[in-house]
Amino acid sequence: MASKVIHALYIDDDVLMDAVKKVREERYHIEEVFCPFPVHGLDKAMGIPHTRLAITSFMYGCVGLTVAILMMNFIMIEDWPQDIGGKPSFSYLENMPAFVPIMFELTVFFAAHLMVITFYMRSRLWPFKKAENPDVRTTDDHFLMEVDAGKHDVNQLTSLLSDTGAVEIKVIDKEEDNH
Amino acid sequence: MYTLSNRLRLFSIILMVVGLIGLVIGFAQRPGSIEEVKQMMASHDAHGGGHGESDTKTYSGNTVHEKDDLEKDTHSGDAHYEHILHQLQNKPWASLYVAAFFFFMIALGVLAFYAIQFAAQAGWSPVLFRVMEAITAYLVPGGLILFVILALSGFHVNHLFIWADPEVVAHDKLIQGKVGWLNGTGFIIRAAIFLGGWLLYRHFAVKYSRKQDEDSEGNKWYKKSFKISAGFLVFFIYTESMMSWDWIMSFDPHWFSTLFGWYVFASLFVSGITTIALITIYLKSKGYMDFVNNSHIHDLAKFMFGISIFWTYLWFSQFMLIWYSNIPEEVTYFITRIEDYNLPFFGMLVMNFIFPLLVLMNSDFKRVNWFVVMAGIVILCGHYIDVYNMVMPATVGKSWFIGISEISAVLLFLGLFLFVVFRALTKAPLLAKGNPYIEESKHFHY
Repeated sequence: MASKVIHALYIDDDVLMDAVKKVREERYHIEEVFCPFPVHGLDKAMGIPHTRLAITSFMYGCVGLTVAILMMNFIMIEDWPQDIGGKPSFSYLENMPAFVPIMFELTVFFAAHLMVITFYMRSRLWPFKKAENPDVRTTDDHFLMEVDAGKHDVNQLTSLLSDTGAVEIKVIDKEEDNH
Repeated sequence: MYTLSNRLRLFSIILMVVGLIGLVIGFAQRPGSIEEVKQMMASHDAHGGGHGESDTKTYSGNTVHEKDDLEKDTHSGDAHYEHILHQLQNKPWASLYVAAFFFFMIALGVLAFYAIQFAAQAGWSPVLFRVMEAITAYLVPGGLILFVILALSGFHVNHLFIWADPEVVAHDKLIQGKVGWLNGTGFIIRAAIFLGGWLLYRHFAVKYSRKQDEDSEGNKWYKKSFKISAGFLVFFIYTESMMSWDWIMSFDPHWFSTLFGWYVFASLFVSGITTIALITIYLKSKGYMDFVNNSHIHDLAKFMFGISIFWTYLWFSQFMLIWYSNIPEEVTYFITRIEDYNLPFFGMLVMNFIFPLLVLMNSDFKRVNWFVVMAGIVILCGHYIDVYNMVMPATVGKSWFIGISEISAVLLFLGLFLFVVFRALTKAPLLAKGNPYIEESKHFHY
């Protein structure tokens, strides 16, 4: 089944924001917006649900903290207890303040790295991946809004888009495009 | 314009009266002689049982140690009771001092925050400026009261600062070496300079802010605010640091920590920001300040969260180095607190770190007013205990308990604080309409 999408290009982020709001008001479905830089508030305007990345980050942080605790307990207390600065390491709790920096660092390390990796996987990005953006100008100074034409009247939709300040409008047959 | 409701006025006056009466009782209940102490302890042991044993341990806080040894020679058996007598006589003074300093520190933290907003030309915060200005109004009465207490302590009318006692200094080589800095006259002169500088900035900053409302042409007054704020911040970070040595660290004159100034700063900063959030939310709930949206509250809560972690970072930096190096004259500071003040010492960590960390971590919760209020109240109590932990071990030692004088002192200064701050709120419109960033601030959202 061939699905038609419309690519509308904009050259200003404020114009784009207003356009997104207007297109959504008219109950058209915006597939995706490609931007050269993150546009503040665009996700809200597009009606994308709030990211759950923060929750994963918290969980990764907890994992990091646990790893740090278990690791320091094994290294410093169980496996090879040493007497450092008159503080023999026979008890985790008594030596705990010395491990706090490690607990902190590993919490941050796990949270940050695993969150970035999750973000890449969620965005379907990996090394040597072929770029998905339909127009190279979106990496320079153009914004591209991809609207699902669906069963709508294409002419009506294109005139609406040109009213919102699009500088270029293209009707694209998606199935054909993918091959 | 905000009008002070009669209920709030009455409430704050009742707080002050109750607090004052309680303090008078606290001072009147001080034991006058060793016999009274013995009697009190005997009756205490009768119900407490076994309490006396821990009291007879030879360990005592670092600062009182010298005095203790000294008195052992002359009074032998009664030295212990004499020691407790002094601690109990100190107690109402110390609780007065803790409460006076705590509420003063809130206003000072807000003053620093206010100056930073100007110096950074912050665009989000101008809608909160009138709340900040009102809170800093407490610096005037609070500063004067603190100055009087400091003067009384510096000239040894009470026994809060042992370096102010010539008899102690005569037998203490370490304090003798610090007499050039730690003496009553210098102490009072420095206090006058610190307070004078801060009040001067406060006076002009508020004046310029009001003038900017009347005449915003060319932002002449705003530019002046910017300049004095930048100047004030330089003055503040030096004087705040010295203030923390003078007013708090010198309770333990043998002990020192090089990041103490920052530590106290973090405490006063987070208390100040929390108070801004609480008062803003209160005013919003009363139908004032419609222009404050939940993004402003979110930002304040982010500051509460961030500075709580900053405070913990400094607390831990100070603690870990001293704990690790284990140098007797340094580590005694923490041993006193862990042994004699175990619950407030670790309880404060829970209240000031773990609680705000978990409650305010979620960004949606930072926009929920009652969450922010709940976290804010716990943070403020936690920082009261922080000040308590900084002052009490050196002044009352093991004889601490949260009694009538502690609670009354808090009520007294809370009443005064509310009275002064909410009266100051009535003095000017709640929106600083002349500020060049006011439109940006009103539309602040994300």
